[in-house]
Amino acid sequence: MAAPMNSVGKTSADRLQANCTSFQKKTRSKLISIPGTRPSVQNGQLLVSTGVTSLDYLLGGGLAVGTVLLIEEDRFDSYSRMILKYFLAEGVVCRHELFVATAQDNPDEILQELPAPILDDVAVPKPVEQPRPTGEPQDSLDAMTIAWRYQNLPKVQSALASSSRFGHYYDVSKTMEAEIRQAAKCHCFYLPDHITPSSAAHSARVESYSALLKSLQEVIHREGFDLATPMSKSRNILRVGLHSLGSALWGDDLCCHDKPRHSHALTTFLYGLRALLRSSLSVAVVTLPSHLIQDRALMGNITRLCDNAIALESFKGSERETNPLYKDYHGLLFVRQVPHLNCLARQLPDHKDLAFKLKRKQFTIEKLQWIILGFQQKVMQNSQVEGKNICVSFSFYHQNL
Amino acid sequence: MFTELNSILNTSPDSFTQGEFILVSDRQSDASFLIHHFLSFYLRARCKVCFLGLAQSFCHYGAVSQRLGVSLTQAKEKGQLVFFEGLKECLSVLLPKENNAESGAMNFLRDPPVGLRSLYEFVRSSMIGSGSMEEGAEQWGPNVLLVDDLSVLLSLGVDVGAVLDFSHYCRALVCSQMQGNMVMLVRCNKEEDDDDDGDEGSEVLLKGLIHQCNLNLHVQGLPTGYCKDIHGQVCD
Repeated sequence: MAAPMNSVGKTSADRLQANCTSFQKKTRSKLISIPGTRPSVQNGQLLVSTGVTSLDYLLGGGLAVGTVLLIEEDRFDSYSRMILKYFLAEGVVCRHELFVATAQDNPDEILQELPAPILDDVAVPKPVEQPRPTGEPQDSLDAMTIAWRYQNLPKVQSALASSSRFGHYYDVSKTMEAEIRQAAKCHCFYLPDHITPSSAAHSARVESYSALLKSLQEVIHREGFDLATPMSKSRNILRVGLHSLGSALWGDDLCCHDKPRHSHALTTFLYGLRALLRSSLSVAVVTLPSHLIQDRALMGNITRLCDNAIALESFKGSERETNPLYKDYHGLLFVRQVPHLNCLARQLPDHKDLAFKLKRKQFTIEKLQWIILGFQQKVMQNSQVEGKNICVSFSFYHQNL
Repeated sequence: MFTELNSILNTSPDSFTQGEFILVSDRQSDASFLIHHFLSFYLRARCKVCFLGLAQSFCHYGAVSQRLGVSLTQAKEKGQLVFFEGLKECLSVLLPKENNAESGAMNFLRDPPVGLRSLYEFVRSSMIGSGSMEEGAEQWGPNVLLVDDLSVLLSLGVDVGAVLDFSHYCRALVCSQMQGNMVMLVRCNKEEDDDDDGDEGSEVLLKGLIHQCNLNLHVQGLPTGYCKDIHGQVCD
């Protein structure tokens, strides 16, 4: 885009510089900087971290505010739940607000399992200190003579309040301390509290999704995440975590039948969710047990209605677990979709063969690369084989670069 | 607007065939860039455009169009563009409030079997309404209808037959009656040879629309596989 901007394209938001290049520094004056976010280098969108730095990289720097990340669960819902917890833990550390909705376990259980953050300067929020009396001796001591421009800056920055780092690391062997967790405001939606089973069974539509959508809209309006509300001094991000959407516990029969009765309930909900998110400062992570859904076309529709989509396949319980080729990894990760919001085309990932590994302090996603070493006439060094066996073998070697 | 595409199709904002129904389809790919192309093309051609943006928000289309050199906000203010933002309208239907005035165009969300009649009425009123203009208002060219995208309607539970009826009614109104143009996007999921009968709906829709249209631009992935630099191929 080297050509200067056409005058047709000029709006009040544009500020053409005197040298008339098309490079516009996207200073959205209305957006006050929110902790835990950063603008994307690609298109200036506001990004938040998912809590997993390698996932942030895959998604193009982070999760854009106003979008949905769909995680297709692995068979035992272990790693997808882990990523959801990373996402919520990141929200706690960045002092964002949380909205957690589940149908199976109580949201409080998920919140109690959040991994402990690894912070260099861990500061448990202390009660506000008494304001110091502004007496004369105080001022004269503190007055700077040379660096007087820095006089009025706060002396000490409390760690959690201005956690300006984007993306943190977590220790999964410990859970987050209650004090840190309670510093963040959390809204819970536990389906059994909102829907009585008898009413849900007889209704023609899936009521749980409408209830969830309504509850989310109420929270957005009440807490001021709506973009339409006038900009006040401080804005925050709402992180929405929806666990196991589409499962039978939500009253949906997507996962039970080949031809579900309410095949459009979930897609309509996702459309409404997209509408809510685009008009507010929120970001959502939805986990879905896609391995239970038989209809691939329906999965395609669901994926298209979400902006980002990844799928996890863990090796647990499968023959790949003992396969020496996969010994370094816990499972495979597939990037189904990356968004292209505010731009024409999406940033496709470099590689499609990705594998993940959950280490104590990091959830890493690496690419799998297969290299054929070649034909080899090789003596089998298997102690169980007697005698020499000359055999020709292909050797595949996977290398993580 | 992509100049290479214009030269291939032998069109330009100054001269293009009227009364055309252009179908943009994709298979396991994303053809929405063509919708942005046509949007900026027809706005530059000084046509009166009615855009049903069902898939994304107004800001998204606005941001992309700005990079392509057209301002949607300005076009809307001047009356050249009628923009229907599906995402915004759907909330008033999905989460009804007492004092909320809804346009009624997304009624099918509440009751899918009703069909797309109200959406068609919206299109009709925006097109016919331009006939009665005040003094001093700008004269625009032929009417154009753009839809992004029809597959969202299928996802929201609307019947394939209803969508085909809708596109037929719009074609009769826009292309035949008003000699304008129509561009619609439809998306498919699976491979063409797949025997999986889960996606019958969108396949039937695609075939029906191909039958109705004058020109079909089909976007699909490369047959040789995944390539980071070349995203796919377009054929017509």
